[in-house]
Amino acid sequence: MIPWLLAAGQAVLVMLVAPLLIGLMRAVRARLEGRAGGRVLQPWRELRKQLRKEPLIPADAGAFFTAAPAVLVATSVLVAAVAPFLSTRGPLSGVADLVVVVGLLLLGAVALALAGLDTGTAFGGMGASREMIIAALVEPTLLLAVFALSTRVGSTDLGAIVAAGATRPAEVFTPASALAAAALALATLAEAGRLPVDNPATHLELTMVHEAMVLEYAGRDLALVEWAAAMRLTILLGLLANLFIPWGVATDPHPGALAVAAGVFVVKLAALGCLVAAGEVFLAKLRLFRVPELLAGSFVLGLLAVVASSVLA
Amino acid sequence: MNGVAASLGAAFVLAGVGGVAGLAVPARWRSAAVGAVTAAVGVAGAVSGVAAVSGTGWQVRLPGLLPLAGVTLAVDPLAGWFLLLIGGVAAVVGVYTIGYAGTSGLGPAARGSSAVLPVFVAAMLLVPAAGSVSTFLLAWELMAMASLLLVLSEHRHSRAVRSAALWYAAMTQAGFVVVLLGLAWLAAAVGGESFAAIRAGAAGLSPVVSGGVFLLCVAGFASKAGAVPLHPWLPRAHAEAPSHVSALMSAAMVKLGVYGIVRLGFDLLGGGPRWWWLLLGALGAVSALYGILQAAVAADLKRLLAFSTSENVGLILLGLAAAGVWAEAGQPAVAGVALAAALLHAANHAGFKTLLFCGAGSVLRATGTRDLDRMGGLSRRMPATTALFTVGVLGAAALPLGNGFISEWLLLQSLLHRDPAGGTVLTIAAPVAVAVVALTAGVGVVTYVKALGVGFLARPRGEGAAAAVESPPSMLAGMGLAAAVCAGLAVVPVVLAPALDRVVTGLRAGPGPLGGSSATLRLAGIASTISPLWIAVGVVGLAVGCAAAGRALGRARRRVPAWDCGDGPLTARMEYTATAFAEPLQRVFDDVLAPEQAVDVTQSAESAYLVRAVEYRRRLPDRVEARLYRPLITAVDAIGRAARALATGSVHRYLAYMLAALVAVLLAGVVR
Repeated sequence: MIPWLLAAGQAVLVMLVAPLLIGLMRAVRARLEGRAGGRVLQPWRELRKQLRKEPLIPADAGAFFTAAPAVLVATSVLVAAVAPFLSTRGPLSGVADLVVVVGLLLLGAVALALAGLDTGTAFGGMGASREMIIAALVEPTLLLAVFALSTRVGSTDLGAIVAAGATRPAEVFTPASALAAAALALATLAEAGRLPVDNPATHLELTMVHEAMVLEYAGRDLALVEWAAAMRLTILLGLLANLFIPWGVATDPHPGALAVAAGVFVVKLAALGCLVAAGEVFLAKLRLFRVPELLAGSFVLGLLAVVASSVLA
Repeated sequence: MNGVAASLGAAFVLAGVGGVAGLAVPARWRSAAVGAVTAAVGVAGAVSGVAAVSGTGWQVRLPGLLPLAGVTLAVDPLAGWFLLLIGGVAAVVGVYTIGYAGTSGLGPAARGSSAVLPVFVAAMLLVPAAGSVSTFLLAWELMAMASLLLVLSEHRHSRAVRSAALWYAAMTQAGFVVVLLGLAWLAAAVGGESFAAIRAGAAGLSPVVSGGVFLLCVAGFASKAGAVPLHPWLPRAHAEAPSHVSALMSAAMVKLGVYGIVRLGFDLLGGGPRWWWLLLGALGAVSALYGILQAAVAADLKRLLAFSTSENVGLILLGLAAAGVWAEAGQPAVAGVALAAALLHAANHAGFKTLLFCGAGSVLRATGTRDLDRMGGLSRRMPATTALFTVGVLGAAALPLGNGFISEWLLLQSLLHRDPAGGTVLTIAAPVAVAVVALTAGVGVVTYVKALGVGFLARPRGEGAAAAVESPPSMLAGMGLAAAVCAGLAVVPVVLAPALDRVVTGLRAGPGPLGGSSATLRLAGIASTISPLWIAVGVVGLAVGCAAAGRALGRARRRVPAWDCGDGPLTARMEYTATAFAEPLQRVFDDVLAPEQAVDVTQSAESAYLVRAVEYRRRLPDRVEARLYRPLITAVDAIGRAARALATGSVHRYLAYMLAALVAVLLAGVVR
């Protein structure tokens, strides 16, 4: 019973924190750019506003368009519930598997891409095409980067990897882990639609990826999509943090340890978010056809990491 | 008489009845009769398969049935697995055929095609049931001939059918010759042609003989399986054959190439040195990547599905290669998992590819086109077909909730195993194989999002798509059966664990690889677990909950014209096409795909600065075909022309040829 409550609590925590993370990143960026910017709570206010507004559906769209926000939220919440954010012992080890988590995130992206195509607009198709091609190149990198750790643990269960990293770091981490961390960081930025791959703040037609797919959403549906996008960023940053800095995660479900883990998790997220936001100040968006070069680079990093971590026995 | 014998016998008798029915029944009832009988043949075959994978063995020798060699049948769990797979596909396709072939009496409903369909299914069932080299080759050839006739069903309809059939005939016969040479060499070296004799004598073979036999047979089997670079017949034959035949060929017949490799490599020869498997793995990796890239840029729906067959065969071969390597490296538990992954992926692919080819057939029937750029808007006009196609897409894109995901997960687990004593080659090959599987899965998602999103959603791009209506109930029933099987395999794959355990232990490849409760799949020798049931419950439950909460608490959706950044009324010409969708991917991989593009700008007569027309052409030729097969065909042509000089029409010359041949034979006899 306790693991289930824990999973539910973890999902609620991610749902609550995700918009705040976005708000924090926007605030940091605004401050560094010399603007006043919005408050950290602003994304929550926007969500509340959009949830009350009337959702619209384009004349030609069908069930794929209306179902996509729900599927996107469902996959994000499921991953948020099972991933080893607070404790390494979730209720469903068969869902916290790395391949399953990557697959679930991809399923959400696919639902949104189909929704973009379902609108029948040029922008929807364009965004779907770009998002899918980036996802196709990011997925192998995500898998390879974590495999560099999992081959040394002997399991692709994320909980097991984090637990092994926290208790036996000398066995899990090698110099190759630095390569894996770099590859995973690049893949995270691409998958979450951050600079230099996609610019979440832009509505300029030639540069849009994620925004182009969700142009036709309004009201409640838009709120769900934005919320899920924030959760995906939180999940990816959380995984990056816990896989490579596994300390602070509770290895047994003791209430005190969990409270500490929650605090450490939020601090890690905030630190990573600030880092990403600060980095974005100095970056311009890459031209779309340069993105594959970046992703190929991170793919090669991931491959080197796996080979090196198998060799460094 | 046991269960396997009874049901297999029933299948062959029914196939005979079906053949006669195809010839005798009038056009109005023909498709219904043949479809029903084919489905019954399939059910009987599947029942025999179930009996065999539950441990009932059967063998019989009928010396009188054929001159010289007789017929030997032997069914073990491995044969049972493939009998089950073929029977299942045939049962679904039989039901689908009733509506698809229709009552016109033309094309797939003509006498010849109708009569051959059940015979083809029976020939496919005979291949895994064969227990000797001669019976196997006979069944193999019968299957090839029957499928060739079926590919030709619509030869009156389009010229491309004839060219496709020629390619298929040439490649399948070349493959047959290579398999014949290999198996005959094996039988001669062992001194017996029954599989039992070969099994007993394989240990004493020299490495040259076993290696040579393996190479020859893998070449033949891989060409039947459609592995790159032996694939050019596949996109042609699968695209031009009637869709129920494409489904049978892609989902069932292609798997018999896989069966051949498993039977020979793991059973008859009992495993082999590492280079066999590394070679097989390289073949699989190339097939997977090249197949999925070609599928991703294809605009013809059936060509896309055909190239995706090459991709999936590549993944299966990778699994077999991993099994061979791990068995050779002394890791039987992991080898068992790899073999189970390959066999399960074969079954999963059979499930979703049957569904997808039947779906493509329904679309072709409703819209009259296979071109994705002329489809669209089908989710409103054909809602049931779209829903069923989506189930297939989930499986084929290897996404969670789809059945392909489970077997790709198993494959990744077997490849991720680390063996400190494996040596440098394995240390590098395994991560590369993982990268190949991951990249293939990624591009596969693009491919199937394109097929579903461009083909079925938004507005129709052509008149055919605008006038489409939903398929008749028998076609939907066939596809519904396939979708139910896919969903079952995706959610509770654990039901197949005992059967797979029996197949793997029967091949002495390792201990039973799979286990676990009804919800969770556990592996032997690997710590990872997966809970497909919980994934499905989680995603579906949360999504339904989220949608229901939104509807209960929020306001209803209002239909409005699409905003599209305020761009005004939209036409279908503004939608993204399949070509446009895959264009970025084509740019990323242009070194591999080598597209031929040309832009012609016509200037106005008045000034060179005024453009009158711009014409853009793009062609994506199959590079392997252009580089490998075109020169071969040219060479064969040249030899053929040169050989004409030998036949001048002079009788004296022909007599001299005969004398020379006789002398050569006599000399050969003397020298020996």
